[in-house]
Amino acid sequence: MAKVPHPAPPRTHPPKPALQSTTPVEPSPVEQMTGAEAVVRALEEVGTDVVFGIPGGAILPVYDPLFDSRRLRHVLVRHEQGAGHAATGYAAATGKVGVCMATSGPGATNLVTPLADAHMDSVPVVAITGQVAAPMIGTDAFQEADIVGITMPITKHSFLVTDAAEIPARIAEAFHLAQTGRPGPVLVDIAKSALQETMDFSWPPAALDVPGYRLSTKPHGKQVREAARLLATSSRPVLYVGGGAVRSNAAAELLELTNASGAPVVTTLMARGVVPDAHPQNLGMPGMHGTVAAVAALQKADLVVALGARFDDRVTGRLDSFAPGATVVHADIDPAEISKNRHADVPIVGDLKEVLRQLNTALEAAHTQHGKPDLAGWWRTLDQLRETYPLGWTPTEDGLLAPQHVISRLGEIAGPDAIYTAGVGQHQMWAAQFIRYQKPRTWLNSGGLGTMGYAVPAAMGAKVARPDALVWAIDGDGCFQMTNQELATCAIEEIPIKVAVINNSSLGMVRQWQTLFYDQRYSHTELNTGHSTRRIPDFVKLAESYGCVGLRCETAGEVDAVIKQANEINDRPVVVDFVVSADAMVWPMVAAGVSNDDIQYARGITPDFERDE
Amino acid sequence: MSRHTLSVLVENKPGVLTRVAALFARRAFNIHSLAVGPTEHEEISRITVVVDVESNALEQVTKQLNKLVNVIKIVELAPDSSVQRELLLVKVKADDVSRTAVLQVVELFRAHVVDVAPEAVTIEATGGEQKIRALLTALEPYGIREIVQSGTVAVARGARSMTDRALERMSRTA
Repeated sequence: MAKVPHPAPPRTHPPKPALQSTTPVEPSPVEQMTGAEAVVRALEEVGTDVVFGIPGGAILPVYDPLFDSRRLRHVLVRHEQGAGHAATGYAAATGKVGVCMATSGPGATNLVTPLADAHMDSVPVVAITGQVAAPMIGTDAFQEADIVGITMPITKHSFLVTDAAEIPARIAEAFHLAQTGRPGPVLVDIAKSALQETMDFSWPPAALDVPGYRLSTKPHGKQVREAARLLATSSRPVLYVGGGAVRSNAAAELLELTNASGAPVVTTLMARGVVPDAHPQNLGMPGMHGTVAAVAALQKADLVVALGARFDDRVTGRLDSFAPGATVVHADIDPAEISKNRHADVPIVGDLKEVLRQLNTALEAAHTQHGKPDLAGWWRTLDQLRETYPLGWTPTEDGLLAPQHVISRLGEIAGPDAIYTAGVGQHQMWAAQFIRYQKPRTWLNSGGLGTMGYAVPAAMGAKVARPDALVWAIDGDGCFQMTNQELATCAIEEIPIKVAVINNSSLGMVRQWQTLFYDQRYSHTELNTGHSTRRIPDFVKLAESYGCVGLRCETAGEVDAVIKQANEINDRPVVVDFVVSADAMVWPMVAAGVSNDDIQYARGITPDFERDE
Repeated sequence: MSRHTLSVLVENKPGVLTRVAALFARRAFNIHSLAVGPTEHEEISRITVVVDVESNALEQVTKQLNKLVNVIKIVELAPDSSVQRELLLVKVKADDVSRTAVLQVVELFRAHVVDVAPEAVTIEATGGEQKIRALLTALEPYGIREIVQSGTVAVARGARSMTDRALERMSRTA
């Protein structure tokens, strides 16, 4: 047996998927149909209601029965990347599996970025791609690409289907894999010949054929009790909450633990909103652009309880100086995350919702046995840091808008029920810092992969999933130019998202690094979209040409009114061009590769939080 | 760095070897040898992989392998509780002058001659890594023309069957 240093949790039988419920479902009578019809039927049967996609040669047979489906809405996107991120946005906003569809070759390769994105952020997505006819596979046929091979490292699993009879089973398995355990993207590549063949369709398929897929959802009781004992007896505990808490719908259980433990909480970029920002124990975001209090809490902790978090380098900074004095409890559904980056003293493998339920019970028992810990001293330290180093910004010197002000006002006016998506870069960090999230699944962004261009299509997917919600894409002028073609989709399909372009006329985060680390040599970061440039493109005109309302906001006095005006438009998408200063920077900052102890509150200001103990 | 032998039971499906090999490559683990073959169960294949890694890295690679949907079971086979063998085919120069000496080496190592030509003999040998290396060293002076060597295959000592137990669990959870 491979040496396993931690007691393995008892293997549980995989939770029976719906189509294998304990009361055996009588399979539907066998119907003859084409493989293409079987794809549509199988998607309907697993409960899909929306497919984002673009037709093309190899997937064309599916689009014919799809035309008649009453249970599937197909949203015709303008680029397959848009379909992938829309499926991700849909899934992230709801927890349901997002579905995207593309043809073979370039259609499929255009899904690579969103699949990699969903893989890094553990989002349940199923991608259906057409493949060239089975006899043509491997002959370099027209629009042939080995998409199963290409996506192996960036999907949870993938299937190549060349026999029509297998279609229902593979689709059922794809959905099962995507949404159970640690969620992730699954690709089903179907040869055109299989789509055209006739087959016998019956639902549900006989059995899921995934013998190597085992789930560990039930935590080990002994480890949970040890975690509870540590929480009851440590004097400087921190709950380090990651995106897993969102994925496992564990907000209620987490709130209970937060209240019962009295411990400070830090919510990572992927976890913003899962613990309300209004909660007095929430110190905000840790990591490279985290709050001083959140970063310091981890550095000074004697106990770090990681809950669905993965000790990502953006959180830990230099790993060997991260949380140097802390005992680590690490709970995650993926055993491979435990002790991957930081050794876990108490490993807990399980679904976080279940882990937290048991931990809450165990903590009560531990409090009875050991009494409640006295955290007053710990809180005095942290409160002092919070007061001394709150999040903030300095006014701009060029008279242009402060981007932080725009985002902060947007969060206030749109409120905690709105869904916010972001691209990647400065605007993303400000959106993570200055919007006060109170609910899970209201903050969607590309955390692991850092995919510029995520915001608009993800907002589209979220709005389709939750049509009654106000959905704001907060985007940068660089990101926006990568995927704004989906505004056409939004306008025509009546998906009235709002887009706030935080337009600093540059690739802002790169420019910030050039300011700080490359002697202000702004190599290839000027985009000429902002104030006193040629405005190519002019985002207002661009919005209008896409059938959206285009607004521009250039002064602080207009900000509130423009946001309110945008919120009132519901018959079409709105794009607001917020013309902001290019010199605004994201603070605090832990530079790449340095210790979290060297966090800078603002340029050149490093809080000495070691001293004030 | 230390050497570990992993016995990996996988589904007998296309692309599985690629997934396993790619995982080793992606995480920069050095594969010393690899052997793939059928088992007594048609639907299961066995990959025996010998890797050079640190022990904490081995834990990580094992966990990552376990995440592959097609991987059914992984067992590390320790040298003292398993039988490990490689197969060697080696072509050695052997003319009228040297043939007798070469055949003596073959005899000593309990190897076999599987082909004879006027200028050379082809020798087949099985054994652990050390025996194979020693045989090659002994044959070296006569002139080695060609070496073909398999990866290590290995099985745990005792009566228990790894595949049976994996199958039992599969049927329980299917």
